[in-house]
Amino acid sequence: MNWQAVILSLELAASVAGILLVAGLPIAYWVTFSKWRWKFLVEAIIAVPLVLPPTVLGYYILAGLGPRNLPGKLWQSWFGHTLPFTFGGLLVASLLYSLPFAVQPFSAGFENVDRKVIEASWTLGASRLETFFRVILPLSAVGVISGAVLSFAHTIGEFGVVLMVGGNIPGVTRTISIDIYDQVQAGNYVAANRTSLLLLLFSFLVLSVIYGTNRRVMNVWRRR
Amino acid sequence: MNRSGKLNFRTLGLLSAVLLAMSVPLEIAATGYPVQSPAPGSCGTLTIAAAADLSEVMNTIAADFRAKTGCVVRLSTGSSGNFLSQIENGAPFDLFFSADFAYPKKLESEGLAVAGSTYLYAIGKIVLWVRNDSRLDVSKGLEALRDPAIQQLAIANPQHAPYGRAAEQALRNAGVYDALKDRLVLGENISQAAQFVESGNANAGILALSSALSGELKKKGHYSVIPQNLYSPLDQGAVIMRSSKNPQAAEKFLASLQSPETRELLAQYGFALPPLGAN
Repeated sequence: MNWQAVILSLELAASVAGILLVAGLPIAYWVTFSKWRWKFLVEAIIAVPLVLPPTVLGYYILAGLGPRNLPGKLWQSWFGHTLPFTFGGLLVASLLYSLPFAVQPFSAGFENVDRKVIEASWTLGASRLETFFRVILPLSAVGVISGAVLSFAHTIGEFGVVLMVGGNIPGVTRTISIDIYDQVQAGNYVAANRTSLLLLLFSFLVLSVIYGTNRRVMNVWRRR
Repeated sequence: MNRSGKLNFRTLGLLSAVLLAMSVPLEIAATGYPVQSPAPGSCGTLTIAAAADLSEVMNTIAADFRAKTGCVVRLSTGSSGNFLSQIENGAPFDLFFSADFAYPKKLESEGLAVAGSTYLYAIGKIVLWVRNDSRLDVSKGLEALRDPAIQQLAIANPQHAPYGRAAEQALRNAGVYDALKDRLVLGENISQAAQFVESGNANAGILALSSALSGELKKKGHYSVIPQNLYSPLDQGAVIMRSSKNPQAAEKFLASLQSPETRELLAQYGFALPPLGAN
C-alpha cells in the first residue's frame, strides 16, 4: 500500500471538506432562501460539475490557467507558480468539482427546516445570523454533515482532473486513485487490488453512514 | 410553487428550446461527415493499439493502408503499459504497436499474441524539448537542465511508459537525475508529457523525437537529440493478437511497414529503422 498517496488523498479531501463547509454554507443559504428570479442560473452553475466531464475542467486549468494566458499570468504573479503540478492546483480543481456535493445537501437540509420556526425566531428579535446559527444550522445538522462527508468522499474518488493536471508527483499530486491507475498500468495487480478494495470499502461505508442517518438528504434534487 | 418558480420553468423551457434548435445543425453536420465505409473487396476492420509516440505517423500509415486495401483501421493511441494491461484483460485489438520490445514479447509468452509474431518496426529516439520562448540552451544537452530556472521537467511515467524509462535512464547516466528528481512531472504517456511542456506549464521535457517533429510541437519549440549512448535503445515491437478476428489484415498491415514509402515516413518522423529483413 502506498501510504504516502493515501495520506495525500486524505489531506486533500479534508481541506476540500473544511473549505466547503465554511464557503458552502452561505452559498447554500442564499440558494435556499433567495427569491431572485434568475436564481436557477446560479443553481445550474453550482450543479455543473455533476455532469461536466473532468477533462473539461482539466483542460481549462492546464490551458486557461497555464503561464501563457492572462488568468495564468495573474495567478503566477500572485502565487509565484502556476496551478498545474501543485497541491494548490488539485485543491482548486477539487473545490470546484465537489461544490455541488456540499451545497446541495446543505440546501436540502435548510429547506427541511420548518419556515414557521425560522420566522418565529425573527419575530422574537433574533438577527438573521443568530437565527442561522441557533435555529437553522442545528435543525439541518444532518444535511450539513452529509454535505461535508460527501465532498470529502468525492474528493478521495477524484481521478480525471488529477490525471490531467497533477503531473503524478509523489507526495504532492500522486493521489490514491492515480496510484491505483499506475499500479494497474505497471501490471502490479496485487497492489492495485489491495488499494482498490480499501477504497471500495471506504466508499460503501461513507454512503451507508449517510443513508443510515437520513435517506431524505441524499435526494438533493427534491423540491417541496 | 410560487410565481417566480413558474417563471423559472418558462425560461428554462425557452432555454432548452434554444439549445435544441442549436443542436439540430450540429447533428446534420455530424451525419455529413464522411462515413468509413469499406471499399469493394474489403478486408473488414482492423483495430490497432499504438504507443503515443506514433500518434501522428500512424494516422498517415493507416490512411495509406486503407486507401490501398480498403481495410477500415480503427486507431487507439496511449501509453504502452496501459495497452498491455488492457490487452491482458481482454481488450479487442488486432495489432499492438508498443513503444518497447518487452511488452509484445510478454504478450507472446502469455499466449495472448501470436507466437513469434513480434516485429521490430522502428527504433525510437528521445530529445530535450523546450518552447521557443525558453531561455534554456538545449544545445548543451542534458547539462542544460542544471539551470535552476528549471522548475518542472516533464517526462513520461517511467513506471509504465518506455519513453519515460529511457528519459530516466538518460538523466541518471548524464548525472543530473538526483538534482532533478523532485522537479519531475510525469505524463501518463509521452504525448501528455509533451503537452505539459507545450502548454508552458513545465519548463522543459524529455520527449520522443517523433512528437517533436509533429504538429504543434514542431511549430512551437526546438530540441536537441539526446545521445543514444545515454539510454538503452528504444526498440519498438508490434504483435498480432491471438484473439484477432482479422489476422490476415493484421499480417498485411505489418507487411506494409516494409514498403519503402512507409519506411520513409517513419524516418521522417524521427524513427531509426531496422535493416530490411532484420525480422
